[in-house]
Amino acid sequence: MSNSENVSLRPGIATRIGLANWRQYIIYIGFAVIFVIFALTLNDKGFLNPNNLLNIVRQTAMIAVMAIAMTFVLSAGEIDLSVGAVAGLASVTTAMAIDAGGLFFGVAAGLSTGIAVGVFNGLLTTRIGIPSFLTTLAMMGIAKGVAMWISDTSAVPIIEPAYSWLFGGGSIGIVPVLLIWMVGLGVIGHFVLKRTSFGRRVLATGGGETAARYSGIDTSSVKFRVLILSSMAAALAGMFYAGRLQSGRFQLGEGDELSVIAAAVLGGTSLFGGYGTVIGTIVGALMIGLINNGLILMGLEFSQQLIARGGIIILAVALSQKRT
Amino acid sequence: MGQSAILDESGQKDRGARMTGTAHAVDMRGIVKHFGGVKALQGVDFQVESGEIHALLGGNGAGKSTILKVLNGVHVPDEGTIEICGSRITAMSPEASRKAGVAMIFQEMSLIPTLSVAQNVYLTREAKTGSGLIDDRVAEHKAGELFDMLEVDVNPKALVGDLGAGQRQLTEIVKAISQDARVLVLDEPSTALSLSDVERLFVFLRKLKANGVAIIYVSHRMDEIARIADRATILRDGRHVITAPLSELPIDTMIEHIVGKRSKGLSDVARETAQLGEALLELVGVSGIHKPRNISLTVHRGEVLGLAGLLGSGRSSLARVIAGIDPVASGEIRVAGTPVQINRPKDAIDARIALVPEARATQGIIGAHSVATNISMAVLDHLSTRSVMNARAVRETADHQIKHLSIKTASRDHAVSTLSGGNQQKVVIGKWLAADPDILILDEPTAGIDIGSKSEIIRLVRDLAKSGKAVLIISSELSELLAACDRIVVMSEGRAAGTYPRHALDDPGLPADDTLHQLQAAEQKLQFHIQEALKHQGNAHVQQ
Repeated sequence: MSNSENVSLRPGIATRIGLANWRQYIIYIGFAVIFVIFALTLNDKGFLNPNNLLNIVRQTAMIAVMAIAMTFVLSAGEIDLSVGAVAGLASVTTAMAIDAGGLFFGVAAGLSTGIAVGVFNGLLTTRIGIPSFLTTLAMMGIAKGVAMWISDTSAVPIIEPAYSWLFGGGSIGIVPVLLIWMVGLGVIGHFVLKRTSFGRRVLATGGGETAARYSGIDTSSVKFRVLILSSMAAALAGMFYAGRLQSGRFQLGEGDELSVIAAAVLGGTSLFGGYGTVIGTIVGALMIGLINNGLILMGLEFSQQLIARGGIIILAVALSQKRT
Repeated sequence: MGQSAILDESGQKDRGARMTGTAHAVDMRGIVKHFGGVKALQGVDFQVESGEIHALLGGNGAGKSTILKVLNGVHVPDEGTIEICGSRITAMSPEASRKAGVAMIFQEMSLIPTLSVAQNVYLTREAKTGSGLIDDRVAEHKAGELFDMLEVDVNPKALVGDLGAGQRQLTEIVKAISQDARVLVLDEPSTALSLSDVERLFVFLRKLKANGVAIIYVSHRMDEIARIADRATILRDGRHVITAPLSELPIDTMIEHIVGKRSKGLSDVARETAQLGEALLELVGVSGIHKPRNISLTVHRGEVLGLAGLLGSGRSSLARVIAGIDPVASGEIRVAGTPVQINRPKDAIDARIALVPEARATQGIIGAHSVATNISMAVLDHLSTRSVMNARAVRETADHQIKHLSIKTASRDHAVSTLSGGNQQKVVIGKWLAADPDILILDEPTAGIDIGSKSEIIRLVRDLAKSGKAVLIISSELSELLAACDRIVVMSEGRAAGTYPRHALDDPGLPADDTLHQLQAAEQKLQFHIQEALKHQGNAHVQQ
């Protein structure tokens, strides 16, 4: 190693690190900028009203919970397109089980739905080797079909106040229960991804599968587990939807997969694996909620909201791309 | 567009006329190329004539691939001139080189497996119907004519993915010829081919030669060179050594020119007779699915065993089998006398076996992750309590390896991809030393790193053995094996062809303290053994 080599490398590294850092934090900067803009322009329409802000949280919680798990899936170099449909299915199974056997039976049924779907996705992806993109795309249709079939395409009511309080509408003081769920799961997710050997294995699998395998990491098992995690989070989100609306319906969560993936990628998680941040993901989800809320308050029509939202997401992701 | 100029009569006459006026097919003069402080080429002259097969020879780091990349337009030379078929090329680029008629046939082939042979040959130059649509039938017809003319037996309608390696290579060459290539560069074309495919390739190359194509042939296999080449140019340490007809270059003379004098870097490494302990790693008749075949060997505590041989001789396959990456088909692996079942990498790690793999970028490191993350990757369980990572233990492990191996990095948190090749390799070694293995396997540990780091790594290998580990090392650089090893096994076609204790390769006629010449003499001997093993394998094949 000649000294000259080190000297010549130094400025290059410094600028690259500096640049990378700047781009890494774009989501937080973007969140702050959008918040300030809305606060200034929409104050008269009640944007800063605590009720409005808590509403944003309530609407975002489901996306955020699914996106936390999606962060693991994307970090491991996989993807899960079935989360929206699984949320719908779990809302139906939970509602039906509560009707048949009460609160605990309902919760167990919802979570089991998630585990079952996850095991199915995981086995097809790791044992048979179908790319998770296809496995979960197929699962999206299957889950929706099953939900429509067992519910006869109608809403299944939930008459169980304790459930609705715990999984949706409740609040402690002014703090919505959903906010507690979101923050709690976010803290756990962040800790698991950054500070446990499982999290490290997830990042290694997505960062360089061959190198991970050569290092003795069972990459199939890692993928299997993140897919189960994702389906369970989707089921939980479905239970939140059911709790808020006091009923299970197959349409709940429809199309959420795109918002979930957008939230994770906005937050700085790589679509190609190897890098993920749960905190970024949650901020990404909140930002999507913030934009939706602001655009509604601005009085834009739904069609205009769609266009504006797409444009903002493209801008944010473009800015956060590392130039190679 | 259309058929190659080489293939029609008038084109050949043109070339003949040009030949009489002194133009070489390739005329490179005084080529100088630096990479940072490293002089890869130091004023090299290289001429190739039309209608000859010209072998380009040299050891690793001799400058072969650099000069080919200059010819190919990938590297721009710092000094020197390049003429191709009589026209001076001033602004060299891959595009300019291709236009001038240079075609490089890569080892990783550039064909698209999901398209047909004809579609591949005419890729980006598709035949169109009057209405502007692609017409595959015309392409198939044209390709068929071309293959017939060149007497190549490949079906133009076949999917490339269904072809064997030999047919794929022929297709690749025909594709180049159809694009008017007048200089064909073949880099180790025979590695992936069976013996009968090599024969077919040779017949084809002779036909192209008769048609006036200039062919540059790079290979480590001297027996092949002796059969196919008309002339040879030998490079060493970035300089031109000799260009001569093959008739004036018997194999031993070639080897002498290739090996030459070595820089003192490696001959310096002290080579004491190791204190051998008990047998740590024993292989009894171990075979993989394809390679290796029936390998039995023993590595003792404190010993460095080298595996020598050409690309594809089964050295890396053997390493992967021992490390649990490729499955064991038959045979037994024993660690410290106890038979072990190795079905996956984790089993090998549990048996205290570690592999520093050959492809650093894909198999060794995760470039975007930090030095500390990479170093801790194989010992995550040791660094965590109930799967919660102990951040301090991770830091300490990383810092210990960074210090112990003198890894040059601004901090443990820097991405490994920002380090130099030598330091990246040290990160991989550090990752495995952190697992404290008894048996360390290193596959081409010095590939692509500078000479200073090379001797550092070789010294490290000696030290590890001295500290009581058993080391198995694979290298294509013989001088490196000779500097590092106590014994060397020569492999060929997946089998062990012979085992040579290091002292048996010394030259008793030279003074023992003349390390430089001893190393040189030993390298020549070892090179002979490798070539002999090849010849025997070749004969065995013919007899079958």
